[in-house]
Amino acid sequence: MSNKLTVSLSPHVHSGDSVSKNMYGVLIALLPAMICSFVFFGIGAILVTAVSVASCVFFEWAINKYLLKNPQSTICDGSAILTGVLLAFNVPSNLPLWIVILGALFAIGVVKMTFGGLGCNLFNPALAGRAFLLISFPVQMTTWPNPGLGFMTIADASIEGQTGATPLALMKQGQAVDMDFWDMLIGKMGGSLGEVCALALLLGFVYMLVRKIITWHIPVSILATVAVCAALLHWANPAYATPTTHLFSGGLMLGAIFMATDYVTSPMSKKGQIIYGVAIGFLTIVIRTWGAYPEGMSFAILIMNAFVPLINTYCKPKRFGEVVKK
Amino acid sequence: MKTFRIGGVHPAENKLSAAEPIKVAELPKVAVFPLSQHIGAPAKAIVQKGDKVKVGTMIAEAGGFVSAPIFSSVSGTVLKVDTVIDASGYAKPAIYITVEGDEWEAGIDRSKDLVTLKDRRELTSDEIKEKIKNAGIVGMGGACFPTHVKLSPPPGSKPEWIIINAVECEPYLTADHRLMLEHADEILVGVTLLMKAMNVGKAYIGIENNKPDAIELMKSKTMKFIHEGDIEIVPLKVKYPQGGEKQLIDAVVGRQVPAPPALPVSVGAILQNVGTAFAVYEAVMKNKPLFERIVTVTGKSLAHPSNFLVRMGTPMSQLIDACGGMPEDTGKLIGGGPMMGKALINAEVPICKGSSGVLLMNEQEAKRAEAQPCIRCAKCVSACPMGLEPFLLSKLAEVHDWERLEKEDVVSCIECGSCQFTCPSHRPLLDYVRLGKSTVLGIIHARKAKA
Repeated sequence: MSNKLTVSLSPHVHSGDSVSKNMYGVLIALLPAMICSFVFFGIGAILVTAVSVASCVFFEWAINKYLLKNPQSTICDGSAILTGVLLAFNVPSNLPLWIVILGALFAIGVVKMTFGGLGCNLFNPALAGRAFLLISFPVQMTTWPNPGLGFMTIADASIEGQTGATPLALMKQGQAVDMDFWDMLIGKMGGSLGEVCALALLLGFVYMLVRKIITWHIPVSILATVAVCAALLHWANPAYATPTTHLFSGGLMLGAIFMATDYVTSPMSKKGQIIYGVAIGFLTIVIRTWGAYPEGMSFAILIMNAFVPLINTYCKPKRFGEVVKK
Repeated sequence: MKTFRIGGVHPAENKLSAAEPIKVAELPKVAVFPLSQHIGAPAKAIVQKGDKVKVGTMIAEAGGFVSAPIFSSVSGTVLKVDTVIDASGYAKPAIYITVEGDEWEAGIDRSKDLVTLKDRRELTSDEIKEKIKNAGIVGMGGACFPTHVKLSPPPGSKPEWIIINAVECEPYLTADHRLMLEHADEILVGVTLLMKAMNVGKAYIGIENNKPDAIELMKSKTMKFIHEGDIEIVPLKVKYPQGGEKQLIDAVVGRQVPAPPALPVSVGAILQNVGTAFAVYEAVMKNKPLFERIVTVTGKSLAHPSNFLVRMGTPMSQLIDACGGMPEDTGKLIGGGPMMGKALINAEVPICKGSSGVLLMNEQEAKRAEAQPCIRCAKCVSACPMGLEPFLLSKLAEVHDWERLEKEDVVSCIECGSCQFTCPSHRPLLDYVRLGKSTVLGIIHARKAKA
């Protein structure tokens, strides 16, 4: 009897949490937005998502097996699937599929695996993939189909090479944005396939908070900063878009809830997370207002990704005993 | 509801034996007393092979100020002074006594009558401390720090409160819970004795609210002792590691003890375990030295998880047999609770002063899942009750960066295991942090010795 007793150090129990539970938890949280994208953008959205996920998983498996020759595979933990879904969410639903595959190769192959795979990458793979595609294929990446209910995919009528009818593009062109609040909430506007329905994304946010997959710190600090900055600018110049328009347009919700909260590429301490969130919010407004691109969310997050090691070095959690009295 | 401010986790409580009244365990055939049952210098044996001893006879004297004497829990003959493998896994010097009958030392009051301070007005603070010291009492929560040392705070410090730890935040364990339900009066008298010894007028008893019956019972009885001092029952939100000394002070009075070497008394608190309060009552009022304690014997596969009043020196195997025997699927045997207890190499380890529980885990529970890469989710940072960064400390220990580990306050780690418990990647965080902490402590000691 005694020779089969395990002797190990405490703790002897575990919460039962796992990497895959967290990854699949995020995927469940993404489901409402995914369903919305399928409804709004039809078969195009389904194809882009399927191809993106399949190629992300394939590239991770292949690189792990043939290039790194690593016997321990991480494809079952759901992280590659998650990157695939997020990459798809960040591109237009009518993007040629070969471009999607190229984006997946960059996201997984360059941004994730070259740094050492799961947990080691400096930048958010899906966002870096999107940025790569945006720079390489500006035309295809900014030709938005209008969402149409009932699987009716209508390519945007605007001239190729110009941004379509996204509220942010209109803002950039100095046009008045006259969007109905409810249309923006539900997602009746142009945009990448997963970013348009704020309601579905917020539903996912609540789910992740309840499941304790993420905490409120990063999303709330981003959204609050954007709202405050936009309110100030709108107050200074009433022609400037309202905070509501900023909050519900572009990739802000998707970025704040699902991209900036990526475990690997966000700071570890609560203090650091708030600094990171505020900086992303601020950069987003700066790029949206004065930058060359209409949308600043993904660049803001990527820029702040680069600062995460620095934030981690200088933002320590409050040690016990630092506050002696209440 | 009150609780500590930083970190914490909530493991499944699994208090299987909470409704089991305390049973008196049978006497062992041979009782084994390791000489090192406390923090500090080991006790020195004062008996030899062939000596006759009674229940309550001192068999080893304190080996210094930070030490405690050891008393026989049985009557019989000293079989040998040899070694035994104790909970640490190492062979340690121990006294073996063959049990013959059950004859007690004459001075011990074995009656059940409650003796309160009202009956013993003449007791002085120093007398109480002296009796506690001479009875070999150590912290009964598991740390086993000699109680009289805790009651001798450094000159200049000013104790304001006694805080009684009745939290029992370890899953599975119910020894303190049962003790409160069955000996509430004795515990409260013990608390009044501690208050008198330290000359403070206020005591708090912190109890987690998963023991509502104990909170109610203790609350209903505190008024009885109002003339001896103000005892307040503080219900606490269930959160691990609330029973940690620093966490409990923060939870109860909202003050945080600074980093080591600061002691709890630096913020005005003297902490004692509820079992210690009971032992103090017995030592001072009943003249009974510390030789028995309440032990929870539990586990999901065990037929009858139970709470026992156990004579020290009894082998754990005997208690397991009394609960229906060692289950076939046992994969791990733990002395203490699942969060901070020690895995034992066999069931012959004797019950000592700090043995609060014996936990049997089945083969499946006993195995750790395979570690995966750190995904930097920061759950360990959120869980750490000391405000440390376990992911960083463990990584630094892996690469032997002792200098940086010291800067990152690794010595503040209380080894509660919340980080490893919560890690989704199943990383052995605390294993590495322990390595880092002990190495850094060694470096600090060496530096001090040099200076």
